[in-house]
Amino acid sequence: MTTAIAINALTKKYGTKTVVDNISFTIKEGELFGLLGVNGAGKTTLIKMLSGLTMPTTGDATLLGKSVTQSPEQVRQVIAVSPQETAIASNLTVRENLELLAGIQGFNKEEGKRKADEMISQFSLQPFEKQRAKTLSGGWQRKLSIAIALISEPQILFLDEPTLGLDILGRRELWAQIEKLKEKTTIILTTHYLEEAEELSDRICIMKNGQMKALGTAQELIKTSKKTSFEDAFVHFVTEGDVQ
Amino acid sequence: MRILLFANRTTKEIVRDPIAILFGLGFPIVLLLLLSAINKSIPVDLFHITELTPGIAVFGLSFMALFAAQVISKDRESSFLTRLFTTPMTSKDFIIGYSLPLLVMSIVQGIICYVIAILLGLSISTPMFIALALLIPPAFIFVSLGLICGTLLSEKAATGLSGALLTNLSAWLSGIWFDLDLVGGPFKTIAYALPFVHAVDMGKAAMSGQYSDIFPHLWWVLGYAVVLTVLAIVLFKMKMKAD
Ligand SMILES: Nc1ncnc2c1ncn2[C@@H]1O[C@H](COP(=O)(O)OP(=O)(O)OP(=O)(O)O)[C@@H](O)[C@H]1O
Ligand SMILES: [Mg+2]
Repeated sequence: MTTAIAINALTKKYGTKTVVDNISFTIKEGELFGLLGVNGAGKTTLIKMLSGLTMPTTGDATLLGKSVTQSPEQVRQVIAVSPQETAIASNLTVRENLELLAGIQGFNKEEGKRKADEMISQFSLQPFEKQRAKTLSGGWQRKLSIAIALISEPQILFLDEPTLGLDILGRRELWAQIEKLKEKTTIILTTHYLEEAEELSDRICIMKNGQMKALGTAQELIKTSKKTSFEDAFVHFVTEGDVQ
Repeated sequence: MRILLFANRTTKEIVRDPIAILFGLGFPIVLLLLLSAINKSIPVDLFHITELTPGIAVFGLSFMALFAAQVISKDRESSFLTRLFTTPMTSKDFIIGYSLPLLVMSIVQGIICYVIAILLGLSISTPMFIALALLIPPAFIFVSLGLICGTLLSEKAATGLSGALLTNLSAWLSGIWFDLDLVGGPFKTIAYALPFVHAVDMGKAAMSGQYSDIFPHLWWVLGYAVVLTVLAIVLFKMKMKAD
């Protein structure tokens, strides 16, 4: 297996505050990597640095051999991001949103149409196809926002809290799609649903105050923490040293 | 390809806001009708259709600044723009994709303005076409101003500033509604340091057929257009690299 993402001493400071603190690890191609941590741990900031949105203060990372600090344009060719916030063009219809992003990612018109059809059916968006995005309910906007990320068939996919605001059916649908994508796509997933992370991830990294507190499979993390469930293990790592 | 896709999307985003279009197109037309009606009963040189039309046409352009500011600030606040920053879109794709539709709309609006004027009695002439063509440099000024506001400010501030301030600025300091010579003093000095009155004056000069009078106004307008366009590009590129 080859390396998809190599993170090397990545650090981000805002003023005097260190938000991501000297993080290093590698992610293999085709791996589904879970990034966990409490609110404000630095997960989104780490994803923003890996996707070229934010420049690291120090350190670097390479995605399929391309450096985020040296050649962010090349990094953008191989990634797709579903941001933590729902990000859609509100005055475009569902289909127009999908076709626009397909076009931006380099698909021609027919391919874009076909890809949009695929996404619409995968996310059960048929009833809303011609509806303006701003008139969808929050959860459906969310699904559209994720579908937009998947449409480009990226080699590396970042999903920042994808299931936020989805009902249980929507979550299950998404899990099934993620499972399917796993074979050919490297996925970095953040979530606050621990069972989701445990179920889907090949390996999990737990962050706290910008630092990496644990790294391994769910089983390994349970074992290291000497707990019986993954939830207890998670609590152990994010409260380590704290008075409980 | 990307540019056209994105330009198409910008167009849809603007055109699908009917109130904006109504104001942007309707307001200048209403003014044109109103003022030329006033002129019929109380003739004032300033409101004669050949004098009035170039001014109203420039005033109408200020709505393009508002549209540009609105689209861009909305994209920023909805994090749609952030998302696009993770795609292969380049700053060139963004800047042209945002401004091209607005430049086209500027010209369409100018044409509509002149068509209404023709219906009100303006004669179709070469000077008229030259005046119309002279709307292009000020269009760059307004679109760039909109881009700058949209890039730097929140949606509320951007629409507020480019809407209220700019329309007022271009209205009061452009000599459309009253002769700046009558006011004179520092007001006139300020007005002539800004591009708006120059844009109107060169349109009027073209309409009168005294083409040499287009200068030096054209230089002022072109100067502002170049500086503001470059500034808009630089600021947007900086925003793309922010943090
Ligand atoms: N642009 C910024 N300026 C200053 N501080 C920032 C900025 N962006 C993020 N931070 C800070 O960085 C820290 C980490 O934020 P981040 O969004 O990465 O957390 P997170 O792990 O994604 O949290 P959540 O689970 O709530 O999404 C927070 O304390 C946040 O306030
Ligand atoms: Mg986050």
